[in-house]
This record gives sequence, structure tokens and C-alpha cells, in this order.
Amino acid sequence: MSAQNHSFTLSDLDAAPQSYPRGRPTLVCFVKHDCETCAVAAPVLEAMHRAYGAAADVVLISQSGDDTAPFAAHHALTMPVLDDRSCETAFAWDIESVPSVFWLDAQGVVATAFEGFVRGDWEALSTDMAASADLPAARIDWESLPAWRPGCGSKHLDPSVFDALRAQASGSPIRARRIEVAPSDDVAEFMFDQGFSDGLPLVPPSPERVMRMLGGTHRDAQDVIATVPPNMGLATVEKIAINAVMAGCKPEYMPVIIAAVEAVCTDDFNIHGVTATTMGAAPVMIVNGPIRHKIGMNMGLGALGAGNRANATIGRALRLVVRNVGGASTGGVERSTLGNPMKFTMCFAEWEERAPWEPLHVERGFERDDSVVTVFAMTGGPVHIVDQTSRAPDQIAGSLGLGLEGVFLPKLRNLPIDALLVVCPEHIDTLMREGAYSKDRLREQIQKVTSRPLSDMVMDADCGAGITPEAATKMGTEALAQSVPKFAGKEFIHIVVAGSDAGKFSSAFHGWATGAVGSQSVSKKIDLG
Amino acid sequence: MTTILDPTDERVPVERQITPRPDKLSGVIGLLDISKPRGNVMLDELERLLVQHAPDVTVKRFAKPTFAKPCPDALRHEIRDACDFVVEALAD
Repeated sequence: MSAQNHSFTLSDLDAAPQSYPRGRPTLVCFVKHDCETCAVAAPVLEAMHRAYGAAADVVLISQSGDDTAPFAAHHALTMPVLDDRSCETAFAWDIESVPSVFWLDAQGVVATAFEGFVRGDWEALSTDMAASADLPAARIDWESLPAWRPGCGSKHLDPSVFDALRAQASGSPIRARRIEVAPSDDVAEFMFDQGFSDGLPLVPPSPERVMRMLGGTHRDAQDVIATVPPNMGLATVEKIAINAVMAGCKPEYMPVIIAAVEAVCTDDFNIHGVTATTMGAAPVMIVNGPIRHKIGMNMGLGALGAGNRANATIGRALRLVVRNVGGASTGGVERSTLGNPMKFTMCFAEWEERAPWEPLHVERGFERDDSVVTVFAMTGGPVHIVDQTSRAPDQIAGSLGLGLEGVFLPKLRNLPIDALLVVCPEHIDTLMREGAYSKDRLREQIQKVTSRPLSDMVMDADCGAGITPEAATKMGTEALAQSVPKFAGKEFIHIVVAGSDAGKFSSAFHGWATGAVGSQSVSKKIDLG
Repeated sequence: MTTILDPTDERVPVERQITPRPDKLSGVIGLLDISKPRGNVMLDELERLLVQHAPDVTVKRFAKPTFAKPCPDALRHEIRDACDFVVEALAD
């Protein structure tokens, strides 16, 4: 506690406001009713009040709310007992435990301060008070009191109380509008009614929860991370934290969410188009680097599914930021014909340690020790690719290729469209059983097995998609005989490793309009401070 | 009483008045193709009808570089400066 002038106003047991100091020395002691050390101190304080009350004020500040009056009655206290149930005074005075004693001079400057019950301290205090008041020493049987007894933690240090006090303190980083929900309203229902939800229940973003969430990043709460389309809303760290609370995140997820918001709000990623397209695209988020382990992300069994808090809530937090800060509500700017479940959340980590290749982020120019988030705009997936019988590397690579035929429409080829292939560990083992099998060789095999003559793409009676008959006539037989692979280039095939050790089931995400016309995948290094 | 913090950007949308509708067509009509397949087919037909039924108007054609992104500011300003009306074809 600093040597500042301490003045305070609190209500007494009759709810009447009382202010101290009152131009004379004041002894202030913080107490709780259920603290045994406070029970030892209470009769001592009462004795001091009786002995020195003519010259000094002796005041108790209780943190016990409605239990204060019984505490005062039990100890037959006659001095003023004030109510600090909100703990605002304890927070302001920065105490750690109760009893916490402050002997203030007439100007409110601290002369002596201590905590707990060390008999010598209390005896010395009584001597000082007697000298100051020029009155006989209080009659206290010191020998009957314990020589030393530690205090109890101040109630304001309880995390839920402390964070709420920090949120409302003058130096609070909170700037967002506070919404008071009436006691008669159900908070969960209220948030649905306000349109804050993606359709699932939300965790109420109370100031104390948001304070804790902000503790997960070193960034200033008012730093602007991105402007979020379509409304071009400012995504401050605070606004991201509010949405992260609602999504159910832990504070340690914040750096990942911040990087993801930054990534999707780039011109390259084009979250406006990804959100608005009738085709129904959504960001698919992959996390690489050491942070995967630090925050407990799932990259193994069920990595693309439910059951892991980090995977589920990080993806959801990103979606809620786009919805609430960007204003992309379903039926508003969000106009997908069917939508897809990835619009709730889609986030997982790559199992780098199980991969025989450089992980995704290293392939994209980062250091292995960097933690990185990469976002892809995907319209479908995960679409599982089942092959339980291939035993040769080229066979399994071929099956992975054939599993990608469905991107957009099996008939369409030479697509300048991204696909994200998630290879499971058993398929990796088959690929590697005869030695190294590079990602590039896998890509080449995918292109090889998906190659078909252009004539297969001509519109016909069974399918009106593809090359028009007029264009086909112009191209001529020789050109139509030319084979083209599924993808316009190998660079459209992105590969990561995830999944459990058991099961020959890989999976794929199918892209949206890739490139400058639509969306390009973006990687951002996660700022861990 | 429970207190929660506002998760939105907290901005109040600007209220704008719709431009008064004239009784007859005159001046420059912009036809904006957002570059979706066959949007041009609809706009070609619309242009044909406009020339036929409203000979006093001038038709100017515009196209977004891609339907998947918002209209670039420069193009929006160009349309605003050049046209009295604009028709956007949200074809699919």
C-alpha cells in the first residue's frame, strides 16, 4: 500500500454512509466473519476502541455482507462496522489478507500497517495508540492471545471477484458498451434475442470473464487487429476477447484467434466473399507449431470432429467475430444456399511429429518453431477417402487422388481450385513403406490418376455441365483427346497429416473460387509476445 | 442484474434517404455486370429493350472484375459520376 492519503466512504450496518478519516487518527482493520484470526483480533479491536475512542476512530471494514451483523453481535462490537461486500475498498487499498490493519494519522497517512495476528505487532500498535491519544493503555490480556496466527486471503482476491473489480477500476482496459440484463431476463435467451449467437448457446461475456480472456495476450485491449467485412467493423483485441468468451475459449487461445482474425480479414483471403457466396464457403483453420501442444489442440483421433475444446472454440470464436464485429448474419450478407457445418467451426492442428514431410507452415516459409495459423476457404468437407486394401505407395496415392474427383463436380477438371488433403497415419505408413515418398510425388500421382480426355468434359444428355458442344466443335477432335488432370496445377493441392493411428481413412476439403477472383489461403505467425 | 459486454462493432448504421424516383427515364443508365455466368445475357436483353422503349436514354456498360469481391471503390465512383440510374445484374 502506498503512502497516499487514505479516505473512504462505506455504509454502516444501518446502511448509512460513513466517511473516514474525520480529522483525527484512525485505526482501520479489514475482516471476514469466517476468518479465525479475525475472531482473535475482534475483541482486541473492541478493547482498543473502548480505550482510545475518545481520541481516535477505530473502524472495522467487513467483507462478509449479510454475515457482518451476526459477526459484530457475536463479538459485542460497539465500534463502527462498515460494509465492503463489493470489496472495492480492499481492491483500492491492495490488501492481501485479513485481518489487515492500518493505523492512519489525522491526515490519513499510514503510520503502521500489518496483516494477520503477530502479538508483538498488535501490542506495539496499542502502545502507539495510547501514546498518540495520551490515554492509559487498553487492558488486554496479551499472554492469553496466540503469539502468531496467519490471516486468511482477502475475499477480493477470489478470481471472479478480483477480475470484476479490475474490469470496473479506473485503469480498466474495458471500453465496450456494457449491457445490463434485467434479473427477470434469462441471459442465454437474451443473447439469442440480440442476434449474437450462431445458433448454439453462448457463454455470457461478463466484464470479469473478458478481463481474464484479455490476460491471454500481451496485446493492448484497444489494439485494432483488423477491419472486418461486410460492415468493416473494427476488431479490437477487446472485441475479439468478448467473442472468444462467448465461444467458450480459454485465455491461452487468444493469440491463435487474433492471428486467425488477422488472416481472414486480408484482401487475399476475402472473408467478405467467403461469407457472402451462395456456394457456402467457410474458413478452415489449421494450426502448426509449438502452440498446438501448449493449448492442447487435437491433431490425432477425431481431429476434424467434436470433443476438443481448443479446436472447437477457436474456430467458433473466429466465426463469431465475423458475425458480430463484421455484421455477417445468416440471411443478411451471409447468403449460402445450403450452408455447411464448418460455418459453426472448423479448426484443427497438424500432427507434425507423425508427418514424414515438412509441416504446412514450414512449406509456406515459416520456421518449424514458429506457431502459425493458416486459413483456407473451403466449401465442402471433410469428405472421407476410404481405401483399406492398397498396400503399394502409388496405389494409396492414386486412391487419394481419386478421392478428390468430387471437387465441384467429378466431371469438371483442370480446376484452378484449392483442395486440402488430410492424410491419416495408416495411409502415410503405406506411402512410406518402400522409402521416402515426397509430397510432390503424391501431388503428381493425384494429377496422373485424375487425368481424363477433355472430351469427357463435354456437355451431354446426362450432365449439362462442362464444355459446350459449340466450343467442343471449335476445339476439334485432336484437342479434345488431350488429357487434363483434376487440378490446373499441383500447387492447388495442399497436404497435411492428422488423425488417429488406427484406420485407413483420409479426408479432403474442397475449395471455393481460388486466387485473386475469390480467396487465397493465408498464413499468419501467432504472436506469443 | 447481469452485465455483459457488447460483442458487436457498436456502430449505428447511417440512415440514408432513397433518391426521389422520377416519372420518366432520361439521362444515363448504367448496367453493371458482376461477372457471374450469363449476367451479360440478361443485361444485353435489358439494353435492347431500353434502346427500343426509351430512346432518350444513354446506356453505359460496366463490369466488376470478379463477383466474389465487393465492387472496387474506383468503379463505384465512376458509376456514381457517370450515371443517373444503375441496374445491377445479380445473375446465377
